[in-house]
Amino acid sequence: MSRAGACLAALFLTAMAAPSSPALAQGDPALGETLYRPCRACHMIGDGAVHRVGPHLNGLVARPIGASPGYEFSADLATAGAEGATWTVEALDRFLAGPREYFPGTRMVFRGIRSEADRAHLIAYMQEAGGPADAAIATEELAVDPEVAAITALTADVPYGEYLANECTACHQASGGADIPSIRGLAPSVFVAGMVAYRNGTREHQVMNTVSRRLGDEEIAALAAYFATVD
Amino acid sequence: MTINRRVFLGTSAALAGSLAAPMIARAQSVPRVVVVGGGSGGATAARYLARDGAGAVDVTLIEPQRIYQTCYFGNLYLGGFFDYDDLAHGYGGLASTYGINVVHDWAVGVDRDAKTVRLASGPSVPYDHLVLSPGIDFVDGSVPGWSVSAQGRMPHAYKGGTQVQLLRAQIEAMPQGGTFAMVAPPNPYRCPPGPYERISMVAHYLRENNPTAKILVVDPKESFSKQALFEEGWDRHYSGMVTRIGPDMGGSSFEVDAEAMTVTIDGVVENVDVCNVIPGQRAGQIAFAADIVDGNWAPVSAYDMTSRIDPAITVLGDAAAQGAMPKSGFSANSQAKVAANAILASLTGSRAFPARYANTCWSLIDTDDGVKVGATYEASDEGIVSVDSFVSQTGEDAETRAATYRESLDWYQAITTDMFV
Repeated sequence: MSRAGACLAALFLTAMAAPSSPALAQGDPALGETLYRPCRACHMIGDGAVHRVGPHLNGLVARPIGASPGYEFSADLATAGAEGATWTVEALDRFLAGPREYFPGTRMVFRGIRSEADRAHLIAYMQEAGGPADAAIATEELAVDPEVAAITALTADVPYGEYLANECTACHQASGGADIPSIRGLAPSVFVAGMVAYRNGTREHQVMNTVSRRLGDEEIAALAAYFATVD
Repeated sequence: MTINRRVFLGTSAALAGSLAAPMIARAQSVPRVVVVGGGSGGATAARYLARDGAGAVDVTLIEPQRIYQTCYFGNLYLGGFFDYDDLAHGYGGLASTYGINVVHDWAVGVDRDAKTVRLASGPSVPYDHLVLSPGIDFVDGSVPGWSVSAQGRMPHAYKGGTQVQLLRAQIEAMPQGGTFAMVAPPNPYRCPPGPYERISMVAHYLRENNPTAKILVVDPKESFSKQALFEEGWDRHYSGMVTRIGPDMGGSSFEVDAEAMTVTIDGVVENVDVCNVIPGQRAGQIAFAADIVDGNWAPVSAYDMTSRIDPAITVLGDAAAQGAMPKSGFSANSQAKVAANAILASLTGSRAFPARYANTCWSLIDTDDGVKVGATYEASDEGIVSVDSFVSQTGEDAETRAATYRESLDWYQAITTDMFV
């Protein structure tokens, strides 16, 4: 069994064994919408949602883990999905409590939400805004942002990307840190989506916004192509 | 003379590295690059030259210390947030992984005509291109009453290592309600927010262990880096503990007495228990020995960090007069990568890319209260110029500050990996 599979098994055993949380609290979607604000930097939800840095979250509940067409997931999530795991409310609750405790290999940069009530509000909002699992199908056609697609389609100058990447490695370790993630081996579409979101300010981070604002499309394409080649 | 290779081999790891590398490749059919100084500029330059040169250049790193103690995060050690041992980094990986000749010796002279570096132990090392990254030395007489011979009583603790341990021990030994004094440096100096992060970390330690103690900062500067953020933090976390005396209040007219442990400001004598003197600064001595300085610093081209006085010499980091970048470990690391690309292009004909630089300086004010300032830079004929910049805001929420601090911890791991691993 894979590490992710083992984590999942442990999760369900814990969930069944824990008398204090046999059933999760009912959340309030209105409160969840406020809590969702920081998530929006990476995850779109609702009408017209497409993959950005993270996958869109339409139809998330009951969707297989690590499986949404057009998005390249980390190995941990993809393996869990391949083994049949789905995003149940319980699994989401556990993931949101501590993403890296649940899936150590996740690329999601988020430390988790301690409050059980807040997690319930957030899940309630995602169910309301993202619809049932069927809704995922309707948005798959739209799943790639056109600006991201255009940059990803450029012919990339990989040696230039390797030189530009020297600026990244001052902070981004190959192995990833606890808060600054590894960016090696990222799918080009994911890398480009992230940089475009930082460059146009839809994703906020002072360092990354400043770094990305001086990158042209060719430079983002070069970086994406370089990082895709290294593990 | 040609130095016996064994003189170079400082560590067993270095020996293993040299044996693993083909000796023929070292037979001086390839250009020789000598790097003096194994800090953020020099270690990064050596590593990138050897890694990207992949045998096309022979790289020698001359550094007297066997263990490098980072200056950055030394303040966090003072505050109790970082272990002293975690500030230490060895050169074994540069020797064994990249085949760099690591020489633990002092570089004491440069013969620019003969293109050799003279070592304190006697021999000279030939170079085709020389990289000087010596960091800082102190300007004699910049603090009236203080000289390097007083550093045992009034430590500077501004080059990392045992001086920082000494300062910590002195702070721990302060009597209850005692006074910690700092003489802050005039511009320009290493790590612009450094003295003020240090004040924050000392205040944190004292609040926990000696809450009636006072902190007195004598500062010859009108203003300083991230001033609004630090002053907001001192007000919030250490109310009433920190007094800063700027030049308008006599901060530019003072002297210290290490024997009497006094600081005299505008004629008023203050008895203090600890006095951290951070003197005025200049480029490390080897830049003066090489005669490539103009005033206190070594002027360089912004396009490739080569000396404006001798293009066969590159100057990195604190020692360089390059324009707008602050003197920081992050800056030195950034400059080293640009320089390595340019040196390899000039010596081997590999592809040269345009210079682009970046810097971020993080500071910790109190537990989980981190702030940052940074910018991106490019080259111009006049020097390095800022393209874009950012700084943390006053009044930020707690999670933003905590995330900034956590990111600084990741940066520390990343830059030391980028230098040594």
